[in-house]
Amino acid sequence: MTQTETDVVKGIRSEYQYGFANSDEAENYFFKSGRGLSHELVEAIAEHKNEPDWMRKFRHRSLDYFLARPLPTWGGNVAEIDFDNIYYYIKPTEKQADRWEDLPADILDTWDKLGIPEAEKKYLAGVGAQYESEVVYHKLQADLEEKGVIFLDMDSALRDHEDIVKQYMGTIIPQNDNKFAALNSAVWSGGSFIYVPPGVKIELPLQAYFRINAENMGQFERTLIIVDEDAYVHYVEGCTAPIYSSDSLHSAVVEIVVKPRGRCRYTTIQNWSNNVFNLVTKRAVAYEDATMEWVDGNLGSKLTMKYPAIWLMGDRAHGEVLSIAFAGKGQHQDAGGKVVHAAPRTTSVITSKSISKNGGRAGYRGLLQVAKGAHGAKSKVVCDALILDDESRSDTYPYIQVDENDVDLGHEATVSKIGEEQLFYLMSRGLSEAEASAMIVSGFVEPITKELPLEYAVELNRLIQLQMEGSVG
Amino acid sequence: MAFLEIKNLHVALEDGTEIVKGVDLAVDLNEKHAIMGPNGSGKSTLAYALMGHPAYEITEGQILLDGENIVEAGADERAQKGLFLAFQYPHAIPGVTVTSFLRSAINAIRKARAGKDDPIPVKEFRTEILAAMERLKVPRELASRYLNDGFSGGEKKRVEILQMALLQPKIAILDETDSGLDIDALRIVANGVNELVGAEMGALVITHYQRILNYVTPDKVHVFVGGRIVESGGPELAERLEAEGYDAWVPQGEEVAA
Repeated sequence: MTQTETDVVKGIRSEYQYGFANSDEAENYFFKSGRGLSHELVEAIAEHKNEPDWMRKFRHRSLDYFLARPLPTWGGNVAEIDFDNIYYYIKPTEKQADRWEDLPADILDTWDKLGIPEAEKKYLAGVGAQYESEVVYHKLQADLEEKGVIFLDMDSALRDHEDIVKQYMGTIIPQNDNKFAALNSAVWSGGSFIYVPPGVKIELPLQAYFRINAENMGQFERTLIIVDEDAYVHYVEGCTAPIYSSDSLHSAVVEIVVKPRGRCRYTTIQNWSNNVFNLVTKRAVAYEDATMEWVDGNLGSKLTMKYPAIWLMGDRAHGEVLSIAFAGKGQHQDAGGKVVHAAPRTTSVITSKSISKNGGRAGYRGLLQVAKGAHGAKSKVVCDALILDDESRSDTYPYIQVDENDVDLGHEATVSKIGEEQLFYLMSRGLSEAEASAMIVSGFVEPITKELPLEYAVELNRLIQLQMEGSVG
Repeated sequence: MAFLEIKNLHVALEDGTEIVKGVDLAVDLNEKHAIMGPNGSGKSTLAYALMGHPAYEITEGQILLDGENIVEAGADERAQKGLFLAFQYPHAIPGVTVTSFLRSAINAIRKARAGKDDPIPVKEFRTEILAAMERLKVPRELASRYLNDGFSGGEKKRVEILQMALLQPKIAILDETDSGLDIDALRIVANGVNELVGAEMGALVITHYQRILNYVTPDKVHVFVGGRIVESGGPELAERLEAEGYDAWVPQGEEVAA
């Protein structure tokens, strides 16, 4: 990683660089719903997608749950969301492409600017690219297809593998789990479906990229990943959006099943523009000797509320949550993680690093739960906060609930400020104040970036540099 | 004109307390100067103020580096112009390896000197760092550890000297670099200073004790008491201090810490 650090520093730009939009596009959408949420809208989505009856009913019931539930009053301020002003479904193209050149020029241009086709060539085993409500491009390496790996957008999966989708969807995260999971269940569209057959280890990551383009867009992708016995997959998602003066909403649901001895790593680099509410429910279950890892980087959005969860259901299952939350001006990152030890000898590690600057608010909210009978469970929670100035804020809410005596739990929390002395030390070696601060922050999150593949570590460091630029002086 | 010229320098804390009360000093390339003074005399403040620490305000006087007054310049700019400070207590930067830090620092200085990005080629960097570590007997494994994080006192000081060797300053200030070193480490650090001082570099060694001066023979020794240089002389002055202590220079009624 150090070798590319100069390039990283070189790439510093002071503004959010993905804030561009295809302005005239609204006219070119294949289908765009009206604003607002209703049973008519839900019906229209199901109709448009030609879904089976059980899914149509699932959607309607979910909408009822959504309407019946109050808004959460903890976390961030979600009362600002104007649900009537959101577009819940926009289909940008008629058909999904498996060749980039088949996409409309303006959409292809967006992906090119984001560097996705290039990344696919260099280091990915498969790519899904969602634009507004639909996955417009999807491709998996042929050899993986031959091994029986399924990597599809969720809508295609519902068509082609209805039995698997029906078996699992809503079982890890029930449709009435929380208000935003209910919303997603009612209006979901797009997202990824992955099935990795027993013993298949996918060496290169599969990546999904989520792009919101329209103003007041609501994006509700739904992802389901099933890692069969002894299998492995690393799934990566990235997200960006244009800068608008009014808000957009992103509310995803991600369900993951890791079967005995399987391993799943799910990496998110969330870089939404600062007008996006990002309210996401992510949960995985891990069976005997399985490993689930969430690597969750939150740098963008106006408000993020997201606590990737792992239920350790089988003997010796292992879970890890690595969370980075970086809040700048006008941002609130309420991030964290949850681990439930429901079986003996299960182990978990939660590492959270939050950084706040320019009045931003970043925090850790976590739950560690050990059920009765989960004897020999071990867990370690470390949450560190770095506050860059006096206007900014950091919160730590570590909930721990233990119903078993034979456990080994550790919890550490630190809060620090960038010290004048550290800055002076680095500056006395020729680094500018911005470079010195960025170096301290990069070092602070290093325990997490070192876990990432090189390209993502570089990307994350680059985003941190961008966040740091203009924050000092 | 000497490379570093300090003229009538006054330094105060943020609350206005004056610590350095009018210092004149000239250190040229190829020269070794020692500033010796008791604890609390303000010699570390002088070192910090020369390097541009924001907590110390220069209320009067000039610091000329190669003829240019750098009183208004930030620490980064001073470093880029060839000033270096080896810290008495180097700070830890967790998560940043010594190698990664050194590369960034070298490149920041190269960039300032070239007026554009001019990163050191990877191979050249590797060769240089390995050679310097070998010369200064810095254990190889330190290169991949986090900067000063969990380092022993001796390791920190060696890495300070390693930085000095790689950043190639014109004037190096060593602030109590000898404190807390055993005799072997002291010898290594002193040898490093001796090797580097030459046509391209001069050094200002700040110390309480005469000990380091057994290994780094100064061209000039300055006695620093109460924020001022009260006497200057040759190496023999250090020996006199060792024999007599600072009492002769301390005004009546002022306490001198051991």
